[in-house]
Amino acid sequence: MAKKVALLQGNDACAQGALYAGCMFFGGYPITPSTEIAEVLSIELPKRGGKFIQMEDEIGAMASVIGASLAGSKSLTASSGPGVSLKQELIGYACIAEIPCVIINVMRGGPSTGMPTGPGQSDVQQARWGTHGDHATIAVAPASVQEIFSETVRAFNLAEKYRMPVQVLYDEIVGHMRERIEFPEAGELEVIDRTAPTDSPEDYKPFDASKSDVPPLAAFGSDYKFHVTGLNKAADGFPTTKAELVDAEERRQISKVEKPEARADIESNEEYLTDDAEVVIFAYGSTSRSARYAVNELRKEGIKAGLFRPITLWPFPENRIAELAKQVKAIVVAEMNLGQMLLEVERVAKGTCATPFIGRVDGEPINPGQLIAQVKEAL
Amino acid sequence: MTKRYEIRFSGAGGQGLITAGIILAEAASIVEGKYAVQSQSYGPEARGGASKSEVIISDSPIDYPKATVVDACLAMTQEAADKYANGIKDGGVLLLDSDFVKNEPKGNFKTYKFPITRTAKEEVGREIVANVVALGAMIALTDVVARESGEKAVLAKVPEAFLDLNKKAYSTGYDKVKDLLK
Repeated sequence: MAKKVALLQGNDACAQGALYAGCMFFGGYPITPSTEIAEVLSIELPKRGGKFIQMEDEIGAMASVIGASLAGSKSLTASSGPGVSLKQELIGYACIAEIPCVIINVMRGGPSTGMPTGPGQSDVQQARWGTHGDHATIAVAPASVQEIFSETVRAFNLAEKYRMPVQVLYDEIVGHMRERIEFPEAGELEVIDRTAPTDSPEDYKPFDASKSDVPPLAAFGSDYKFHVTGLNKAADGFPTTKAELVDAEERRQISKVEKPEARADIESNEEYLTDDAEVVIFAYGSTSRSARYAVNELRKEGIKAGLFRPITLWPFPENRIAELAKQVKAIVVAEMNLGQMLLEVERVAKGTCATPFIGRVDGEPINPGQLIAQVKEAL
Repeated sequence: MTKRYEIRFSGAGGQGLITAGIILAEAASIVEGKYAVQSQSYGPEARGGASKSEVIISDSPIDYPKATVVDACLAMTQEAADKYANGIKDGGVLLLDSDFVKNEPKGNFKTYKFPITRTAKEEVGREIVANVVALGAMIALTDVVARESGEKAVLAKVPEAFLDLNKKAYSTGYDKVKDLLK
């Protein structure tokens, strides 16, 4: 049977991906350019017995998502930079209390209200370090309508598997553009649910990492009764100030994401014509589409250009970038901000290749002409 | 063959030009099975302000989703003409609503015009379908999709009570331009 197809907006595909992943709760507060996600879910969730709630603000929205997830539902919120700024305290709470949830950030400019209807990519470091304290971050950056669907599904999977908040970041251009999408059949994409406890309710400890560095999470309100807090805690969930317990917990929560086998599972990149490349453009989101156009034009002129597109922004794909830095003369970093992922590329390249930069913050996309000129200059 | 064709619809917010772009993208990608991307740019106003909707149509996957050099452009207002009727490629086409664009953009392209909004009001019967008149006109001007594909996409988009109105709007726009081209 032919697959169901539609011309769909990116934000609509995000909502459809969430439903495919089994999302049953959305708590949000409307903000351009993300609002269509809430609009679609406000219609679709109640049809499936799920819940949609528009909260009093973004802080309340994030709190509702944490509560719904603790109660056992896959939960989502969606916003843009100004709203995600407000959510930061509770994102930190979800990190330390290890509560799976997905946060969509459809990026516009900033700081503050910025330019609401214009595209931006200036929240990528906020995704990493927006909430205080040492913590691991998983963030993905889809670049097409089809990929928004599949990466939203993957974001839910990663949240459930690693028991933590996962952010999906895409710019307004990708969020608002419409492309043909083929809807995956049920079962075609993997859908992961959180591990349920095998211990009895009496023996259950919500942060007991003796069997796995991602302890099973019971549903609040079930027979399992446990304590959740934003304080550093012991295996039973109650606060502790014991130095060795606090240290072990903090380190475990980072290593569960950053250990090599977890990185290999979480990292996802697309490479285009990088095998023999002398210059590689590093770009993500809509900027990577501009870069691909530029690479094709440069190849027509015999210039060995390639594209490296991180789909997972965090953890940063440091091993592959380090390899590429040894191979090429330059990694041209292009993003709609004034040099955020550039810091990571520079950190990893360690001067083994040049790292010229193109940034734009005027609400216009980085166009292929700019990239072509920059690559030629780099050679 | 990888032919990339770029169309821009521009006018004031609220005129339905983003919808016109979406319908064209549906005609190309869903009805005809080509690749299409529709994107838009608009100001903070709910109504008014200059707004544009761009559609890229190609035989192969589309990377850059915005216009590079526009093959065909529509401008429904003077502000849109001033702001968006640029970057039209040599030999491209520009369609204007002649009641609203008095100061015609100049360039190495062919300009066509008729009173699009007035045609919707007086010949079709409702000003609100000016965007569908414009869509029919742009398809006639560019032949980027078949006449029937555009009509099919229009009819799939509108509520049943307004099928006839929109069908008439589409045909009127299409025929007006084919007459201009004779």
